[in-house]
Amino acid sequence: MLRFFHQLGSPKHFYRIAGRWIPWLAAACAALMLIGLYQGMVVAPPDYQQGDSYRIMFIHVPSAWMSLFIYIVMAVAGAIGLIWHMKLAEVIAISSAPIGASFTFLALVTGSIWGKPMWGAWWVWDARLTSELILLFLYLGVMALYSAVEDKRTAARATAILAIVGVVNIPIIHYSVEWWNTLHQGPTVTKFGAPSIDLRMLIPLLVMAVAFKLFYATVVLMRARVEVLQRERNAQWVRELVDIS
Amino acid sequence: MRAARKKRLYLILLVVVGVGVAAALALNAFNQNLMFFYSPSEVNAGKAPPHHPFRLGGLVTDGSLKRLPNGLTVQFDVTDLQKTVSIQYTGILPDLFREGQGIVAHGQMRDDGVFVADEVLAKHDEKYMPPEVAASLKDAHDKGVTAVKAKEAGL
Amino acid sequence: MTLQEFFHMGGYAVYVWSSYAIALVVLVANVVAPILQRRKLFVQLARRQRRERRES
Repeated sequence: MLRFFHQLGSPKHFYRIAGRWIPWLAAACAALMLIGLYQGMVVAPPDYQQGDSYRIMFIHVPSAWMSLFIYIVMAVAGAIGLIWHMKLAEVIAISSAPIGASFTFLALVTGSIWGKPMWGAWWVWDARLTSELILLFLYLGVMALYSAVEDKRTAARATAILAIVGVVNIPIIHYSVEWWNTLHQGPTVTKFGAPSIDLRMLIPLLVMAVAFKLFYATVVLMRARVEVLQRERNAQWVRELVDIS
Repeated sequence: MRAARKKRLYLILLVVVGVGVAAALALNAFNQNLMFFYSPSEVNAGKAPPHHPFRLGGLVTDGSLKRLPNGLTVQFDVTDLQKTVSIQYTGILPDLFREGQGIVAHGQMRDDGVFVADEVLAKHDEKYMPPEVAASLKDAHDKGVTAVKAKEAGL
Repeated sequence: MTLQEFFHMGGYAVYVWSSYAIALVVLVANVVAPILQRRKLFVQLARRQRRERRES
């Protein structure tokens, strides 16, 4: 068990192990997405007040959850890289950034499209929407800072600090709808107490949430493997890989 | 854990806590500005900026919706179950607008105490359910209300 | 629901389907990006290794 983690810390072993996991994660992700989409788009009943427009939820909510989850992973990986000088943690952190940014963008855009018919506005500067937009800027900031710094070690450290400082935004996003008056309504699922949503709608939502997590796992490993090859390009095992390719 | 690593860990924790405290203080200072809307009680207490546009949010009072003689303007009351403000609005109302529904209006207070809105947005709650569940909930609610009223009437 | 109802989405078709279309683009882009990056990297490294072998 300990050897597993020790091996995982070695870029060469990570490359190999991740390569084996990716197809399985991808298959599980695809299966759950198909199930979730069918349940959500076809089987689940319409909402009593939002009609069929609420079905945007099956993309919007999992995207929003992912935008927060990935940021936390990125910050924690960054911290581990900073404290333990672990290369792999640095790789996971920077590989996560564009994926997190994608989900944040998706949450904002689908939210906007949903808001127009339901609220009557494409955008409002309430605390929930504004703090989620700031999250997007944080992700983009991490990506920009990393590419601006020549040495990857230093780049990883600088972006880890930025990510860690930005963590304060995560509880702000989540509690914004409770701390301040907002147009965005309060939590339906992520709260203490029973979810205020019909089971036939809740199940596809949760299925999509898991599917999105599996998507992140698949894609972050794909990105991380490329980043590892980049960093280790002078190593013998990479040279051999290139030769046989 | 080696001393250097421990030191880095504590430093990171310190930074997180420090930034958290700074953010909490800053947000607390800006608290009122972060509110997307004022409630009728807050407006009643004079907390809303006078002679300046602001947002007013609350529930549309049952039975308060009226269309004014000119045909295009509507008037309705908005309440937070404690205080009520009258709103006048000329324009298209959002799909979800109805009595008992939450709204957020942007506009300005007129001298006669009526809030003249230039924008009305619908604010919906966090509940999701199919129409038949909503109908049976409403039915149960109405039955409960009738029962309470009957009890109060001494039946 | 019928196929027609599925596409109509209770009158909200434009909103629902554009959301799903954008989601599809974002997800596909996230899968394609590392694949293209990897290909580009291998081409680069192969070229470099060939050059090094010639020079040695």
